[in-house]
Parts: sequence; structure tokens; C-alpha cells
Amino acid sequence: MSAELTLRLHQLKPGQRGRIARVVGNDHISQRLLEMGLLEGDFVEVLALAPLGDPIEVKVSDYRLSLRRSEAERVCVLLEPGHG
Amino acid sequence: MNHPIPLHSSDEHGDIPPSSADQGATKTCVPSLSHRVLRVALIGNPNTGKTTLFNALCGLRQKTGNYPGVTVEIKKGRLNYGDHELEIVDLPGTYSLSPRSPDEMLAVELVLGLRPDEPAPDVLLSIVDASNLERNLYLTCQLLELGKPVVVALNMMDLVARQGREINVSALQHRLGVLAVPTQANRQIGLESLKRALLQAASLPPPPRPDIFPAPVESELENLRTWLSERPHLRSARKVGATASWPRFLLLRLLLDSGSAVERRFREQYGEEISAFLNAARQRLSEQGLSTAGLEPRLRYAWLRERLRDCVHQVRPPAFNWTDRIDRLLTHKLWGTLIFLNLMFFVFWSIFRAAEPLMHALEFTITEAGELVADWVLPQPGILRSLFLDGVVKGVGSVLVFLPQIMILFGFITVLEDCGYMARAAFLMDKLMAKCGLSGKSFIPLLSSFACAIPGIMATRVIEDRRDRLATILIAPLMSCSARLPVYNLMIATFITTNTFLGYWLPALVLLSMYLIGVVLAPLIAWALKRTVLRGETPIFILELPPYQLPALRLVAYRMVERGWAFVRRAGTLILATMILVWALLYFPRTGIDAHGNVVNFELACVELLARRDAAADEQEKEHWHQQYLETQAQWRRQSWLGRAGRWLEPILRPLGWDWRIGMAALASFPAREVVVGTLGIIFGVGEDFHDEAESRQLRQRLQQATWEDGTDQPLFSVPVALSLMVFFALCSQCVSTLAVIRRETNSWAWPIFTFVYMTFLAYFAALLVYQVGSLLT
Repeated sequence: MSAELTLRLHQLKPGQRGRIARVVGNDHISQRLLEMGLLEGDFVEVLALAPLGDPIEVKVSDYRLSLRRSEAERVCVLLEPGHG
Repeated sequence: MNHPIPLHSSDEHGDIPPSSADQGATKTCVPSLSHRVLRVALIGNPNTGKTTLFNALCGLRQKTGNYPGVTVEIKKGRLNYGDHELEIVDLPGTYSLSPRSPDEMLAVELVLGLRPDEPAPDVLLSIVDASNLERNLYLTCQLLELGKPVVVALNMMDLVARQGREINVSALQHRLGVLAVPTQANRQIGLESLKRALLQAASLPPPPRPDIFPAPVESELENLRTWLSERPHLRSARKVGATASWPRFLLLRLLLDSGSAVERRFREQYGEEISAFLNAARQRLSEQGLSTAGLEPRLRYAWLRERLRDCVHQVRPPAFNWTDRIDRLLTHKLWGTLIFLNLMFFVFWSIFRAAEPLMHALEFTITEAGELVADWVLPQPGILRSLFLDGVVKGVGSVLVFLPQIMILFGFITVLEDCGYMARAAFLMDKLMAKCGLSGKSFIPLLSSFACAIPGIMATRVIEDRRDRLATILIAPLMSCSARLPVYNLMIATFITTNTFLGYWLPALVLLSMYLIGVVLAPLIAWALKRTVLRGETPIFILELPPYQLPALRLVAYRMVERGWAFVRRAGTLILATMILVWALLYFPRTGIDAHGNVVNFELACVELLARRDAAADEQEKEHWHQQYLETQAQWRRQSWLGRAGRWLEPILRPLGWDWRIGMAALASFPAREVVVGTLGIIFGVGEDFHDEAESRQLRQRLQQATWEDGTDQPLFSVPVALSLMVFFALCSQCVSTLAVIRRETNSWAWPIFTFVYMTFLAYFAALLVYQVGSLLT
């Protein structure tokens, strides 16, 4: 069994999926990420990147969000084995 | 009678939820409300169909509330249900009630009833996207703490069905202690049950407060309450809203949201002392493993998940997910961008070109109708006829002429928003706009401003962040709009010769560079504004990309009419007043000294010359009198108040290469930029209307032949002067309609004044630079 890999959400490629391990930071940005439902333990998948590589489109539970890379950086993701 | 809503949510499924069968009983228990209006606050996440629901409930019975210091427009509407009257306040869409900006703070104040000018709501109506229940109920969960009855509108039930899911509404009601009503606002389904539930809820006790915060948080809240109550003397300013005791929810915000709008507001009254107290309290909590950042969302979602268990069931396999498929194309780096650019080209073409025939038809109809009325009511020449025709009719025309562009743009915007594409457009354009400190949402307003800044500025409503919206509004008039084209065209056709080495391409290059001036300067100015007057924390750009849906055409039509009417009603009077002012400045004084040194009444002289022209026997005589008439008209305008203002300004215009006549034409174009061409025509004695190429050629010849009046007989215009005039018009804010719309959209006089001042300075110095450098080179 391959070791699980922890990445930041902005480092994921389109199509990659993982489980949110942690949302880091103590400010309103991490609070807003959590309020928008990016919670520890939930699955998140990167769907697409905007033309200049920023922002990124992600899918959490059943809905889609657009995040700037600087915001996605706050989200630590445990990459799903087999999706690396 | 008390309604059988359980005070404590439980997992028992046995309780019967309130249903439509209780209606009779409900009515008997709310008679106390029949003598007054039931106040309802409508609140929900963006993209939940909130505005659609509001319009469906209230129809046309709405008005707009303005609040000082706040740029959002809050709508109130009324509706009758049986004998009862309900007032609904439509709050801005938000994901949570933790305010960071003054706009978000207003929503919190309104739901808590903290504003002295607004009574507290009786019922909170929380609209949620039922296909994304948990995330949407986060806000509802915050509402449960306000001690007010809550009604949940489970909107977009059609999407739930497409997901193959069913929501156990009665279980949901029990678990949360609220009334919940399935609705489909865009198809007007469920509205009657919703109105019934609102009345019913008003007589029910508020829902039980979710018990989500651990004891240390509760005790810190108590400490805070005590701390504040020991300083009652500081509360007199009524800045936070002086209530007998602070609402618990406000204290919660104060404790949990470090640096929020609530904390700033309290600091205005209690000074740094309160921040010190709060930081110490947060520190104490942090030491117990309860770091306040992110504490609330984690606790609330945990609570919600526990409550929502078994409320949503997958009963069928989901229908084919079109959104996934469409999104793969529309947010694709290459294809998505190409589709976007084509779409934007089509939108732009529609407001730039397709609106044109409509605008001409409108102007023609208004002018003709005005003349008919004038001939009938005011047949005698004189001040009243002139005021009516040149002031009022032209003024009304210049207001209504914007309607086609406004309505077409808002038609597109509503379709794009309702089908879910608007968020994708913002996604695609975000990085580009972020380079100058804006976000992807600024793209469409700025693009539209190339056709006309008026609809562009009105379209900035899609931008939630106040600073981003203001920055976009302030740079939108720098985009070269279609009203500048006549100025560019006249100057290029007259002075940019095609016999240089660049030859044929030179006029096109000059025109292109006029557009580029705005495109290059606007981002720089946005960047500078965001670092000075609009300085503040970078707004978060977490954007929901909603599922694609077919827009309801009825709503699109409604919004087009509503936006058009809002413009006429709210900016129209200001535009009309300015038109009349400029008319008066050009009309008075109407007596003066003519070219032969005689004192004449110019208006009567003009009327007489026109009569002679019309009575002339042959073409030559006709032409003679017409020329006489044009000369007299030019003489009249030259010695008008505006002409005198031009002379008075000449010393500061000379460095631009302008004489007083150019200055006067620029001043006269304040109602609209393109008026400068007509004014130049009048001053140089060729009349203001150009019906054919021959008349336009005549103006071009007069401009080429014009000389300075200071005795030197130097040609007035040269290439540097033409360029300086063009650059001035590319950057100046000679457009009262733009300023009137900025006044309305920002709800303040400060921003239109700021826009006028900064753009006029910018235009002046750019024109100065162009003329001075140009003069050195030629």
C-alpha cells in the first residue's frame, strides 16, 4: 500500500482528489474556507484551472467552488491513493 | 394555541409537523397581528434564488432603502396574505453572519434590530438551496441563535429531484425547530405555503438555541457582557445601537471574529481597551484548545451533520449531471476562454451596435414629438420655446437614449447570472483583473463601459466587495465609450493626413491609441486607488459555481424593465437639470453687439433670418440668408455666459494649445461628450446638425482654416492641438450622466466629485503633455 501523500490544495492537478486534512491559519480567510464547507475529513477534487492557472475550480461534497491559489494554499489535502 | 413544534429537536419521528391542514387553527392564533405589519427579513446565500423569491412574493410593491455609508441597496416589499400585511426586507446574499465590511454589518444590524431607524424583524425567512442543504443551513444555524422565529424556504426543489434525492421535510423541521417549506421560486411554486408559514411562525416561540458552544466560550461571553455593563456611560453614542442588553449573537461575533466590523464598531466607543480585553479572552480560549479562528464553523457543521442525519435520502440514481459535462467545456483553459471571448464580443456588439437604431429612433421620436408640442403650445419664439426645445426635450432625450443599452446589457447579465455562467466568467477573468487589484467580476462592467459607462457602472452590482466595486466604478469612465467616437472621428478626419509614410494606416492607429490610453491607464489607476483611498484587506475570492439552469424569461424581462426604470427615476432628474443649466448658459444673454457694432437681440435676429431664408425665391438667396443666420447664431453663442467662461479659462487652456472657442466647446459638452462636435459647428458658423457629408466637410474646412484671434493669424488647429483635444476627451469626465449614475450607485456625492476631479486633472495633464511634446516634434 502506497504511503498517503499530503499536499496543499493548489498543488493538485485537475482530476486529482483527496481528503482535507487541515485548514491552516487563524484569520478570516481560513474561517471563510471553513464556512464555505471545506471541512477536515471531507473529500475535495480539483476540476479545472483558469486560463492563467489561477484561480482553481474544486468540487466539495456536491458543489463547486472557485478559489484563488493563495486561498487554496491554506488547505492541506491527503491525496487519495491511486489518484496520484 | 401553541403549535406542536417541539421545543427541543429530537430524533423522535412521531411528532406531527405543522401542515397545511392546520391553516384554520393558525389563523385563529395570529389575530394580534392583523392590526400591524408583520416584518420579515429575507436572508440567504448567494445563488439561492433569493431575489427571485423576493420579486415573486412582492411583485412591484417594492422600494429601495438607502443607508448612509453603505453602498448596498436594500429593498423592501409588501404583500398581503388574507387580512395580514407583510413587509419583507431583502438582505444582501451572504454565506455567514460574521461581518467584515460596513455592508455586511448592515445586514447584521437589520436582523438584530439594532438600527434606530428600522424596527426589528418579527420573523426571519432563510432561503436555502435545497440541493446543497448542509452548506446553506450554516447561515440558518446562525439565525437560530437570534431568538426570532425562523422559516426555511427549501428552494430549488427541482434540483433535489434531479439529484434523485428526497428531503424529509418534517424531520428537518423537528430537528432544527423551524418551519420549512419546499419552494421553486422561479416557477412560483410553494409561495402560498410559504406566506402561510410566515404568519404561523410569528405566533410561535423562537426556535431553541443550538447548544453548540462549549462551556469556556459561554463563560467568556458572560465575562464580556459583564465588562460592557460596567461601562454603560460609553454607550450613549448609540453607535452600536443602544439596547437594554447586548444581543448574545453580537457578543458572540465580538468574541469570535477578530478584527471584524463588529469589533471596529465597538472600538469606536470603548477604545483600545475592548480590543485588549477581547484578545486576552481569545488567548484564554486558545490555551484551552479552543482557538477562535475556525471554531464556529467546525462546531456548527458538526452540529448540523448530527441534526441532518437521515433528513436527505437518495431514492433514485441521480439524473445525468449536465453541469459536470458543460463545465468541462466552459471552464476549459482553451475552449472555455474562446467561448467566453465570443460571448463577450456578442454582448459588446449588442450594446455597441444593435442598440444604435433603437437609440436613433428614440431620439428622433422625442425630438419630433417635442417640436410638434412646441408648435402647438409655444408657437412664438422666445425663452419658453427655447427652454422647452433645447433644454427639456433634449434633456429628456438624453436620459431616455440610454435605455436601449441599459436594458440590453441587463438582459444579458440576468440571463448569464440566472443560468450560472456569470460565476464562470469571473473565474476565467480573475487572474487578469487581479493584477490591478480587482477580481474577475469587474470584467463585464468594464467591457460594457466601452459601449457606455452608464450600463457598465450599473452592472458593478454583481461585485460584492465594496472596495472592488468602487474601484471598478471609478475607472469605468476611462474606457472609451461610443460618445467619444464622434470627437475622435472629427479630429482624425480633419487633421490626421494620410500622405505620410504610415499612409493609410495612420488614422486607424491614432483611433486605436485613443482606446489604448484608457486601457493602459485604467489598471494603473485601479492599482493606485487600491493602495490609497480604497486601501484595505484583499477580499476573499471564494466563489460558488452554481449548477447550470435555464433562466426564466419572465424574470429576465422583469429585470430589464426594472433596471431601466431605476435609471430614469433616479438619475434622470439630475441629468435633466444639468441639460437645462447648460442650455441657460448658452442662451443668456441673448442681446449683445453683433459684427457690425449694433445692439441686437440675437434670438429675434436668428428667427428673422430663418424666415427670410424660407421665403427666399432662389437657391442663391436662400444660401445667403442661411449663412447670415449661422453667423448670427455663432455670434450669439460666442458672447453667451458659456462663451465668456471659455474666454475666462483661456489662460489655463493655452498650454494645451486651445483657444477659448475650443475651451467653450469642451465646457458645453458637459451634458454629453459628443455635443462638443455640434458646439464647434455652431461657433465656427456651420450649424450644429450635420445631415450629409457636404456639411461635415464644411466643418472640417472651417476648422482647418480657423486662426487665432490674437492678431497673429496663426492656424488655430495643428496635429498636436487635435491630438491634445482627443486625449483630453479620452480621459475627461465630461458626461453628466456618468456622474449622476455614480452618485446613485455609490449613494454619495463624494465619489462623483472625486471622479470628476481626478479625471479632469488626468485629462488636462495628459493633453498638456501631448501638446507640448507634439509641438517640440513638429
